[in-house]
Amino acid sequence: MTEYTKLEMMAISAGRMIADGDILFAGTGVSMLAATVAKRIHAPNSVVFFETGGIDPELEELPLAVADPRVMSGTCLNTGLIDSFSILGNPRFRTIAFLGAAQIDRFGNLNSTSLGDYHKPYARFPGSGGACDAASLASGVIIFMQHEKRRFVEKLDYLTSPGWLSGHNSRNEAGFKRGGPVAVVTNMAIMQFDSVTKEMFLDKTYPGVTPQNVLDQTGFHIDVSRSSQAEAPTGHELSILRTQIDPQRLILT
Amino acid sequence: MFGDAIDMKLMSAEEAVSRFLKEGDQLSLGGFTVSRNPMLIAREIIRQRLKNLHIVCHSHGQALDLLIGAGCVSHLEIAYGGTGRFAPTCIRFRKAVCDGLIKFEDYSNYQMSLRFLAGSMGLPFMATKSGLETDLVKLEGFPVSERGHAKIPNKKLDIIQNPFAETDDRVILLPALNPDVSIIHAQYVGTDGTVRIKGLTFADLEQAKASRHVIVTCEQILPRHFIRQDPDQNSLPPFFIDAVIHAPYSAHPTACHYFYDYDPSHLRLYQNVAGNDATFENYLQEWVYDVPDQASYLEKVGVKDLLRIRADECLGYAKGLDRR
Repeated sequence: MTEYTKLEMMAISAGRMIADGDILFAGTGVSMLAATVAKRIHAPNSVVFFETGGIDPELEELPLAVADPRVMSGTCLNTGLIDSFSILGNPRFRTIAFLGAAQIDRFGNLNSTSLGDYHKPYARFPGSGGACDAASLASGVIIFMQHEKRRFVEKLDYLTSPGWLSGHNSRNEAGFKRGGPVAVVTNMAIMQFDSVTKEMFLDKTYPGVTPQNVLDQTGFHIDVSRSSQAEAPTGHELSILRTQIDPQRLILT
Repeated sequence: MFGDAIDMKLMSAEEAVSRFLKEGDQLSLGGFTVSRNPMLIAREIIRQRLKNLHIVCHSHGQALDLLIGAGCVSHLEIAYGGTGRFAPTCIRFRKAVCDGLIKFEDYSNYQMSLRFLAGSMGLPFMATKSGLETDLVKLEGFPVSERGHAKIPNKKLDIIQNPFAETDDRVILLPALNPDVSIIHAQYVGTDGTVRIKGLTFADLEQAKASRHVIVTCEQILPRHFIRQDPDQNSLPPFFIDAVIHAPYSAHPTACHYFYDYDPSHLRLYQNVAGNDATFENYLQEWVYDVPDQASYLEKVGVKDLLRIRADECLGYAKGLDRR
């Protein structure tokens, strides 16, 4: 069996969730890899775009920020933030956004703002950027997280980006017409959300990881009764990722 | 012949800042994280020791961090402070927030962009559904005592019922922004004052149109007849612009599409010194105070680094640049 890293597993697992023709709102890092893996392997008609206004760039080199000049090259359109967020929320398209965060709760709400008191935090992160907008407006959100107890928390220190809010029908009642997180992809496992309660449950563990390992690293109760084992990346997927997408290993290392 | 309208507007960074920006002003920063930051103007503001600025931006990086670190900023409305992988959270921004050195209020990128758009159209607010039930909506950052004074709206935002819906349907209203000054960096300005931005415009155009005064730095000045040969490429008409500063590489160390990439070696240098007060002060001395104009700044950066980040004419970035 081919060796692979947790990051490669994350990128390929998330990439497999993309349907051909999806419009992908990408950030940088692992989400770039996931989007391009999908596009190069099974979803050639998917389109990657960035909140900064770069629509469907060539991506010959990996951008390291959403304002990297590499997101402006070989695009069908270079525009700005207002246009980009209009595409994201356009009801005509299935738009899938990739997000990461410092904290997540059982309903997939995210914190990327701060820890402690908002006005005088003990840790400060960059803030929402477009994350709250993507979580509010996209048809679906795939979340990347490091699986640690301090990140999977009972209560967020700050709710930056709306997931399923307090579960059940609360997202809809809040005024959102669509969207919500579809999966959480971590370095250990893939979680999904119950169709009724909207609570996170363990869907798949990576080869070598047990449901108990996941429970040990999750700060709230999580249903593991539905879990199965995830398929390891294939040689083909790994080779595309390593040779075509990130040959300089800018993200993979 | 037509007079070249730019003659009255063409000036040095020093003159532009002293004429159009004053202590306590609300200042909007163009660019986005690692691209087209108006660095020359940011350094000039620091040199003129302007204080108590109220910065408004969406996602910002290097210019914001420098201004905060130099103590020029008292208030900040922001969606994101980060400089790509070189500072996933802007270092002096993080420090100022955690140490209580600035007053700040968080919005999202779309929310900030819509606020500029509202300002540019002369509207009091813009509506969105982005952010319902989040702490962006629930938590105000600025003190109640400052609400309704200067440029701080009497509330951060409001939530109303959609007046066109039959059933319960909430929307957020975001107050318009009309900054005193916007500073933006463009690739080209015509001798007539027309501005041409290549690549992504981010929210620069909304920001510029919403502001009372606009200062533009640019890589090149193009003849009026040339910039008007292809007006579809142009971004802003001349009458929005108050000052034009011709200063190549003035977004360095951030990128300027088709001209140069971001400078990984400088951004790494900054990352290494910004976390410590003493080394940061040294950086300011060396890279801001001791290099009073763009020519001396570029001399300090050096030909080697400037050549390394020079953009490929077709791609718009430096192909194969070592960005690790």
